[in-house]
Amino acid sequence: MRYSIFSLLSQALQGHKGWTPAWRDPAPKPEYDVIIIGGGGHGLATAHYLASRHGISNVAVLEKGYLGSGNVGRNTTIIRSNYLLPGNTPFYELSMKLWEGLEQDLNYNAMVSQRGVLNLYHSDAQRDAFARRGNAMRLAGVDAELLGTDQVRAMLPYLDFDNARFPIHGGLLQRRGGSARHDAVAWGFARAADSRGVDMIQNCEVTGITMAGGRAVGVETSRGPIRAKKIAMAVAGNSSRVAAMAGMRLPIETHVLQAFVSEGLKPLIDGVVTFGAGHFYISQSDKGGLVFGGDIDGYNSYAQRGNLPVIEDVMESAMALWPGLGRVRMLRHWGGVMDMSMDGSPIIDTTPVEGFYLNAGWCYGGFKATPASGFCFAHLIATGQPHKVATAYRLDRFATGRVIDEKGAGAQPNLH
Amino acid sequence: MRITCPHCGARDAQEFSYLGAADLQRPEGMAASEAAMADYVYQRDNPAGVHRELWYHGAGCHAWLVVTRDTRSHAITAVEVAKARKAGAAA
Repeated sequence: MRYSIFSLLSQALQGHKGWTPAWRDPAPKPEYDVIIIGGGGHGLATAHYLASRHGISNVAVLEKGYLGSGNVGRNTTIIRSNYLLPGNTPFYELSMKLWEGLEQDLNYNAMVSQRGVLNLYHSDAQRDAFARRGNAMRLAGVDAELLGTDQVRAMLPYLDFDNARFPIHGGLLQRRGGSARHDAVAWGFARAADSRGVDMIQNCEVTGITMAGGRAVGVETSRGPIRAKKIAMAVAGNSSRVAAMAGMRLPIETHVLQAFVSEGLKPLIDGVVTFGAGHFYISQSDKGGLVFGGDIDGYNSYAQRGNLPVIEDVMESAMALWPGLGRVRMLRHWGGVMDMSMDGSPIIDTTPVEGFYLNAGWCYGGFKATPASGFCFAHLIATGQPHKVATAYRLDRFATGRVIDEKGAGAQPNLH
Repeated sequence: MRITCPHCGARDAQEFSYLGAADLQRPEGMAASEAAMADYVYQRDNPAGVHRELWYHGAGCHAWLVVTRDTRSHAITAVEVAKARKAGAAA
């Protein structure tokens, strides 16, 4: 069923009794052309672009829980393409362009809202660094504006501009950045892929990779064995576990990141604002809750829940930036586990195991990358060649020294 | 999360800094192949389960500790002083 004003009106007249499920619930077939392990944002996007751009629809997406039960439903929904390094900027800009046309492409309301992302700076040195990043973005065709204190004050008068330690000197603004409804992104990709014949297999946990002559030829799952010509994994958070089934070790540690939402408030903050003197970012959802987060907890964890010190740290950053938040009550907090790669950048590549494709290492920046990640991964699976904006995301870049380290932190994943 | 330091007793995890996997063996720098060195610097087992890892008690006794912790539950089953382990390995 195509969604439109007419389908809505016609259903309204019928008392909304004719809506059908957005995707089928098929049993797994014995064999597919492509199996995608992981029914999260990136896996579902990959399925959509394989079917819609490459005509490959004999595809199954295997999800151990329900679709979108992992990080695509646990993030803070921010989309942006304000990256410095040449390996990253064109990729994230492709993602931003795909976001801009996503709802028409999927025929699904993902609530993409380009409300602006503002990175605040608090010192002369930081202004220089932000000006450099803004210039790099503009050279790559991305929008960026360097704002001074007065311009930021006009936008966000309630921030603590004259904080004794971290005065706000201005910010780098990407107006095309913003947010999207994270669950709807997963659902929209799933529905679009399903409409082209892709099977979404839920409650189907992959327990082993079947190998024959050094080649991956199928998977063992909790719903039985399934054969495939190509097997692709997009299971960020659990990448090391799935790769180990194919006999591989990855340059990745799994860490937990927490996020928070406040009670619902009247409109307070238009866009996304990030604090430059600590790790803190905040926006407001359409329901009114302030959505915010900060650093990862900093130690290996698969627990999908964090500990209290980071919560305190995030709240301290919030108070340093915006003292008026002191009276706001926190409603919920939760954790997701993520692939922290050794240089803070992702991997989209073939592997030493023939027929086995890797999409991993998204750190805590995977949501904004969802469309381009699926687009480039589908291109790699269909053609065997990396997409031109993802050529830097090689698995062997660590051994060859071609790391993409935006933060300059080195091979210490908890510092990225 | 609290870590029971062998010198200081049970202390809040905030007093400690985390480094990562404890059992990585640095190859002999001049003799090792590039592949072996890249393996040491970048590749990790990253288990979902029991993990031996290095923590530094920076706000306490300044000792490096090897903590055995379950990455699924954060439950700590053993803490030993890293130096003692090294001495044991040499002996």
